Amino acid sequence: MSSMSDKPEKLITDDGLRLDGRRADEIRPMKIEIGVLSRADGSCYLEWGRNKILVGVFGPREVHPRRMQRADSAVIRYKYNMASFSVEDHARPGPSRRSIEISKVSREAFEPVIMAELFPKTAIDIYVEVLQADAGTRTAAINASSIALADAGIPMKGLITSCAFGKVDGQIVLDLNKEEDNYGEADFPVAMTQDGEITLMQMDGHLTPDEIKKGLELVKKGCKEILEIQQAVLRKKFETPVEETVEEVTDTEDTRNKIVEAEEPLEYASEAAVVEEALEEVEELEKEQLCEETVETDAVAEEIPEFEELEDIIKETEALVEEDTEEDVVETEIEEEALEEEALEEETEFEASFEAAPEPEDFEELEPIKEEVSSEVEDVEFDSEELAYEETQLEEETGIEEVASEETFEPEPEIESETKTRTEVPAEEAVKAEVEPEEKKCEGPWKVVKDPSESGSRGENE
Amino acid sequence: MSEIIATLKKDYIYNLMIKGKRQDGRGFKEFRDIKLETNIISKAEGSAKVTLGNTQVLVGVKLQPGTPFADSQDEGMIITNLELNAIASPDFEPGQPKEDAIEMARVVDRGIRESGAIDIKKLCIAVRESVWIVHIDVHILNDEGNLIDASCLAAIAALMTTVVPNEQHGIGKNVPLAMKGMPVGVTLAKIGSKLMVDPSLDEEAVCETKLTIVSSLDGSIAGMQKMGPVPFTEAEVMEAIDMACEKTAELRGLYLEGLANKE
Repeated sequence: MSSMSDKPEKLITDDGLRLDGRRADEIRPMKIEIGVLSRADGSCYLEWGRNKILVGVFGPREVHPRRMQRADSAVIRYKYNMASFSVEDHARPGPSRRSIEISKVSREAFEPVIMAELFPKTAIDIYVEVLQADAGTRTAAINASSIALADAGIPMKGLITSCAFGKVDGQIVLDLNKEEDNYGEADFPVAMTQDGEITLMQMDGHLTPDEIKKGLELVKKGCKEILEIQQAVLRKKFETPVEETVEEVTDTEDTRNKIVEAEEPLEYASEAAVVEEALEEVEELEKEQLCEETVETDAVAEEIPEFEELEDIIKETEALVEEDTEEDVVETEIEEEALEEEALEEETEFEASFEAAPEPEDFEELEPIKEEVSSEVEDVEFDSEELAYEETQLEEETGIEEVASEETFEPEPEIESETKTRTEVPAEEAVKAEVEPEEKKCEGPWKVVKDPSESGSRGENE
Repeated sequence: MSEIIATLKKDYIYNLMIKGKRQDGRGFKEFRDIKLETNIISKAEGSAKVTLGNTQVLVGVKLQPGTPFADSQDEGMIITNLELNAIASPDFEPGQPKEDAIEMARVVDRGIRESGAIDIKKLCIAVRESVWIVHIDVHILNDEGNLIDASCLAAIAALMTTVVPNEQHGIGKNVPLAMKGMPVGVTLAKIGSKLMVDPSLDEEAVCETKLTIVSSLDGSIAGMQKMGPVPFTEAEVMEAIDMACEKTAELRGLYLEGLANKE
């Protein structure tokens, strides 16, 4: 490239080592720092061999100029820029034809994984500064951008990983260094998703189809190694809270993987539908039981229902519930039993909440609320009319409440809380559930948000 | 966005100022923490990164042989370029340098050129034919205020660690770039009638006017630039110069003299 460099006689020595001491299938050492810029929404500094790359991500934010904005998704913009001192000769500042091309193909490498449809009429800007260049800057930049995007909390279906292979002294080697890039016979940069789908591919030089096949195998291995480095960096930053709630992690790991694999939000919707159907069935069954119970309760009127009866009913409902819903439900039911008597009188209060109440899904959240309610409840009177009224509304709700109604309407407090969580769920689900898997994984509260999809997958399994 | 913040914060910062305080607890003559790293870009002949609070500036120096100007045939050339990279702030946009960037580049350039920091006679390779062109490229990486001081410091530090690549061009041994001075820039923000050094981003947004003073090793002033619409009184200018000279000497002692001794 520059006047001072001379072609070495051999780029690979007789014992199979390259000029920098690597074997054919080794990548250069990589170092990643995350969150290095305070003004950017997400940032990453990456050193790979002697490459030094800084990436800042901004957005989703307003689009300038406005005519570039899209009504149905975010605009992704990728700007690759080389510092004028990053190469041997002083480079002219500003975009070159080369950097414009690299920006385009790199953007296209990310478009399949960035969930741009979640942010219509916005722009997601990825700015890459190559501070020092030493062969493979576009692959290094893509690896860094992947991390910066995650740092910015941009929802992605997975990380993008990039690595090049090439041909040097007739051999296929991974991750070319400067000499190999200058004097080698071929250069073949690749970017791929976590599943190995290729999202960027360029090539110049001479390769046979067999060599390409071999090279792609090699590059897959390289990308896997890089992915591990990327994941480790993200874990280090985002996984810290995990230690506080070890259980949650194991709990959610499955879910997390599922979410990463899941392709479209639509799927969640359909899964949710399946679950709702299942829940409705349960409800119907339970309603039948409820009717019987209410009859009984009416008869008994002011007497507190006998425990034996209640227990039977509870057992039946539990059995039903267990089939379809989570263990959590069972737990809640048991707890409810304890609360029963107190709750008897609250109905009047709860009627209001019933009207708005949709189906329950998250029981964990409800528990604390339930407790509050039960402590509050002490004065209300028991009315058979009210009972009937509530029953009709109870029909719309799931197993838990039924159990409660059997016992004397304690569940109503829960219903109230359910309503709350319900309204929260759809809004957060869309945005947060799909953000970085790491974050979800760590924190207890997220679990609530995820519930719909969780139960959805359960529904599928059954 | 920044305008809105400025409006909201102005009273707050102004009221603090009246009590002799600043938002981040600094004194009026106090800089934020400074970190200086040199020789971090091996492809450049000289490089330095300055971290001033959260402001980050990277300067690379490249030397290339070129033809001298007709009116100075035995002198090297200095070309300073400063880019407000879009990576540095949500307020910056990619594209041609805007007036702010050009102004800053020229302030940095004047400080170095007019203080005679670089011995340009020694950059002559062959009279009338070939001289060294010194490219000073200032890369703003993160803008949290007071870019000029960070740029000046990084530029001079990069120059002090620059090696003239004679070997690469077959004209003798590599030698350190011949330096004669250590100009340092200090910027003062004027809020009301008070002056404070090293304005942060918020302070820059609320202050009416800034004054940058670049002074050289012998205590003389090598460059000044007033930026902003509000006038200074003569007394304020003299006060500013006093403050600047004091801080300049301090910065030079802390960060640059060590570099000079190394050479």
